[in-house]
Formats: sequence, structure tokens, C-alpha cells
Amino acid sequence: MWKYLAKRLLQIPPVLFIVTIMIFVLVYIAGDPVATMLPADASPEEIAQFRHALGFDEPFYVQFGNYILDLLRGDFGESYQYGTSALGLVLERLPATLELATASMIIAILIAIPLGILSAVKPNTFIDFFATSFSVLGKAIPNFWLGIMLILVFSVTLKVLPVSGTGSYAHIVLPAITLGTAMSAEITRLVRSSMLEILHQDYIRTARSKGLKYSAVVIKHAFKNSLVPVITITFLQAAALVGGSLITEMIFAWPGLGQLIIQAVYAKDLPIIQAAVFVTASMIIFINILTDIMYRVLDPRIKFN
Amino acid sequence: MLKTLEDSSRLNGETGQQLLILEGLKKHFEVGGNFLKKNKEYLKAVDGINLTVNSGETLGIVGESGCGKSTLGNLIMGLLKPTEGKIIFDGLEISSLKEKELKKKRTDFQMIFQDPFSSLNPRMRLFDIIAEPLITHLKLDKKELERRVFELMDDVGLDPTYSNRFPHEFSGGQRQRIGIARALALKPKLIVCDEPVSALDVSIQAQILNLLSSIQKKYQLTYIFIAHGLPAVKHFSDRIGVMYLGDLVELTTKEQLFKRPMHPYTAGLLASVPISSPTLRNSRKNVGIEGDIPSPVNPPSGCKFHTRCPIATQKCKDVLPEFTKKESGHFVACHFPY
Repeated sequence: MWKYLAKRLLQIPPVLFIVTIMIFVLVYIAGDPVATMLPADASPEEIAQFRHALGFDEPFYVQFGNYILDLLRGDFGESYQYGTSALGLVLERLPATLELATASMIIAILIAIPLGILSAVKPNTFIDFFATSFSVLGKAIPNFWLGIMLILVFSVTLKVLPVSGTGSYAHIVLPAITLGTAMSAEITRLVRSSMLEILHQDYIRTARSKGLKYSAVVIKHAFKNSLVPVITITFLQAAALVGGSLITEMIFAWPGLGQLIIQAVYAKDLPIIQAAVFVTASMIIFINILTDIMYRVLDPRIKFN
Repeated sequence: MLKTLEDSSRLNGETGQQLLILEGLKKHFEVGGNFLKKNKEYLKAVDGINLTVNSGETLGIVGESGCGKSTLGNLIMGLLKPTEGKIIFDGLEISSLKEKELKKKRTDFQMIFQDPFSSLNPRMRLFDIIAEPLITHLKLDKKELERRVFELMDDVGLDPTYSNRFPHEFSGGQRQRIGIARALALKPKLIVCDEPVSALDVSIQAQILNLLSSIQKKYQLTYIFIAHGLPAVKHFSDRIGVMYLGDLVELTTKEQLFKRPMHPYTAGLLASVPISSPTLRNSRKNVGIEGDIPSPVNPPSGCKFHTRCPIATQKCKDVLPEFTKKESGHFVACHFPY
């Protein structure tokens, strides 16, 4: 276990290094941001001067070398918009994004697991049809529409929850529901199909013949064995969330990474984009390792090697 | 078909105490139907079985794949609800019990499953697999629980040091031993063995059969031993019942069945047993069964075997033969028994 963990942790730096190279190359191809940063009526001399000051007139390998050297010092440069450390700005926004991601995951799991189990235990009944419809709708409805509808109903008409922003637990409810329902749709289907498969296994019959309560058979023998595919997709979705959810954060004015990235993209604020992608990539690598460890915990047949 | 309890109790080789009585037991599964289709079709897996099992005996049930023998086993175990008919176990009608009451009764009848690989929960350790029925039904303290589990492991020939391992770390034979220990845990009266050795290597089969035989004596068990071929039940059973398409077609003692089969199907089964000696093989009349088993969804009319029977007549196509006693302890469902 520890040996495996050490091995996985040692894999992180090379992966991150490759990620940083890719970020740099992509940004380089996209062109330098000087033109967008200066006023429209700036003279060619001013542009050239500014370009020189930021180092964009250097050849590719010099720019890349400087970038890597800065990176090794943990320096992503300063934001062109704010003039402060790009990494600092990203890390400042990270807690809000993680908070929203966690809340959405909790909502998704709370919906998906009971619904998936029920529809597998009673296939082709009302509850199963309900779960299927819910999943199809959850997947089909775009987040921006659901978000706006939730605001209309709960904030504008019923006035029970705040429209947008942060500050209290009430603020997180609507954005978390918006993100959570879409995610729960996929998880519900997966729990259902995974459970249906397991419920037909011979060891479920064995468990029933022991005289266990049916609920104990379903939870202890079936559900725990059905978790491996469910964990995979759940954590993949969690990984998608830690990069910030652009649309939902915009709708609810949630001060997370998503908003920061969008603004940075508009302003061609390269240091922020680079820092944000780097932080997101690190989080995803971490989540992947966590997923692999979860597999081992859930299924003793999967070995660490 | 026999309809009353008195009739069916005659099936009981006339001696010993009756442990299990099946009366007109049926299990029909709905197939291919949907809410648009009015005429639903039914797969008649078990189609009216009358049978009595004596305490302490081993009753073999033989039949081809798809004849309903495993469904019969699952019905007896209460894992399926019968469509019709009664299951009377130890004087109590268990087929009509509520789920909760049935659970309590499960301590008395257990099952050993065919596939030792898929019938054990891959996430549970050996100790927990064997302990689970004990924890569910009895209130034992930790020490007593451990003692019981290790005693059971010893009875089935599993080393106590294995108790922390997972099922995938064992061989097929060892896994079947785990299944047997689990079935034994609550000291049941009846164990249904559903082809317990068919998934194992031949060398291991004998070990498991010997083990089943020795624990039968130790725990005073009654066995219903389900198999798809006569050789598998030959050495083990006191009486043997032959099933065909959901019906019991012949039931008698092992000796009678092998010496003088009355039903053409049984005779065919016996004839299809490979013989190792070439001289004996050549001297045997060729009465093997031809063709495939018909679908149990729309079984043939009259005697279901008439499509493959060498001596079938018009009567066999029209009239279902009753399962009746032809001579002492020999029951057969055929218009023209051999």
C-alpha cells in the first residue's frame, strides 16, 4: 500500500511537467497578448516597447527557459489585470470552487444512490420510470437554463434563497443543485445498471439463503459490490468540477475559479490561465490517485502493483 | 397427477419420517410478455411436482439442462415463490409463510450452490462468510462465534489460518468447502445440493462427495442432490427422481432405477451413460434419446416426452400420464412403462 502510494506520488512531478509544457506551447501558439492589453490607439513603438518589457520579443527557447525557471520557483508571474501573483489569485479562488464542487457532489450522490438502488431493486416499475425520466432530463437540461429557472422560482417568486453571490450556506444551495442534478443523472443510471448486474449474481442468492433481511442483502452484498464503476464515474465528474464550472459560476456570480478563468481568457491574462490550468491539473491527478486507492479499498481482488 | 396429501405421502418409500412434502408444486415464469401483448407466455419450469423426502435420506434429482431441477431447488429453499402448490417442511407449510417467518425457518434448510466461484461475495473474508448466518439468526458472543466458525472450518477441512482470506484466494474445491461450511453453520435439517461438484475438477469431485457424505453422518442431514447425469448421483443417493420438462417422470430407489428403469426417458438416460468396456458397450441395446429437449415455454401436449420417445403412440400425444405407483416404491408417469 505505502509502496504503491509512494510510486504514484513520484509519478506526479513528471506529469505536471508535461502539463506545464503543453500549457506554454498552447499559449505561445495563441499569440502574444500585448495588442489586447494596450489601448486601441497605442502606437507601434509603444507596442514594441511593451512587448520587450514583457519578454515577448525573445525567441521561443528563451521564453520557455524563463518560464520553466520561474515555475521551479513556484512563480507563474504576475497577473496583467491585477498586477499581483497569478498563483495567489488562483489559490484565493480555489476554496470557493472546491466548496461548490463538494456541495454539488453531495447533492448528486444523495439523489443518485437511493434512486439508482430503488430502480434496480424494482426494475420497470413507477420508481424506475421516474428515475429514468429524471436522468434523461437531468442530462438534457442545460445548466444555464436550470440555473435561471431555479433563481426564478426560489429567489424571485418564493424569495426563499438568495439570487447570487456568497456569504451564507443559503447561497450555495441553488448553484449546487444546478450542478448536482446534471451529475446525478449519469450516476443514477450507472448505479442502476451496476446494481442490476450484481443482483443477478449467485452470491446474492447465497446471501438470501442465509436468511438476511432483503435490505441487508441489497446494501451489504449488492451495493458495496456495485461501487467500483460508480466510484469511477463519480470521481471523474468531481475532477471536471474542480476546474471550476464556468457557466454556473457566472450565473450565480460565484467567485470561483471558473469566473477567474473566463475573465483571464477575455483579457488574455496568460499568467492566470497558466496558473489556473496548473492548479486544476494537480487536483485532477490527486483525484485520480484517490480513485485508484478507493478501488483497492472497495474490491479486495484489485491489488496494488 | 396426485392431488391430495394422502396420495402424495405414499410416495414416501413407506418408511421413515417425512421431512419435506411437495404437493402439486408449480413455478411458471412469465416470458416475452409486455404491456401491449395480451397473451402472455409462460415458461413452465416446474409443472406440478409431488414428492416426499424422508428424514435422513439422500434423494437424487436428475434431468437434462432446463428441466427445472434448479428451479425446484430454489423453490424448496424459498428463494422463489411457487405459482401453485404447497411445500410442507417438517409439518409446516413454508410456501405460504410471510417473508419474515420464512427467514426464521431458514435455519432448517440450506443450499449448496453449483458454482463455487460466483456464489461467494468477493468482498467478504472467509470468516465473515461463515459467520454471517450465525450472526443473523443467533445471538452469540464473540468468543462463541469464533469457536463455532473455526469448528465449522475444521469440519469441512479448511485450515483456521485461512479465516482472513478472500474467496478469490482459494481454489474451486476450497471454495466449495466454504460454501458447505456456510450451509452447515445453522445446523440445518435439509441441505439442497445444486450440482455441487459439476464445476470442479474430477479429482476434487470425489473429495467433496466424501466430505458431503461424512458431514451427513455427523450432522444427521437430509440431502436433496441435484445433478444432470445419473452417474453423479449413483453412489450418493438412496432414491432417485428423474425430471423431464418440469415434471417428475420416475422416482424409485437407486437399485431399482438402475436395474429396471420403467420410464423410456430414464432408460434412455441410462443408455447414454458412457461405458468404458468395449464388449459391454457393444452388447448394449441402443435406446439412447435423440433430438433436443423441447422448449418449456410451449411444451408438447399429453406426455411431454412423446416427441422423443421411441414407443410413443397417439394416446401419449393426447393424454398426460399420471404419476402413479407401479410396484413397491416405484413411481412412474408413463402409459406404457417398460
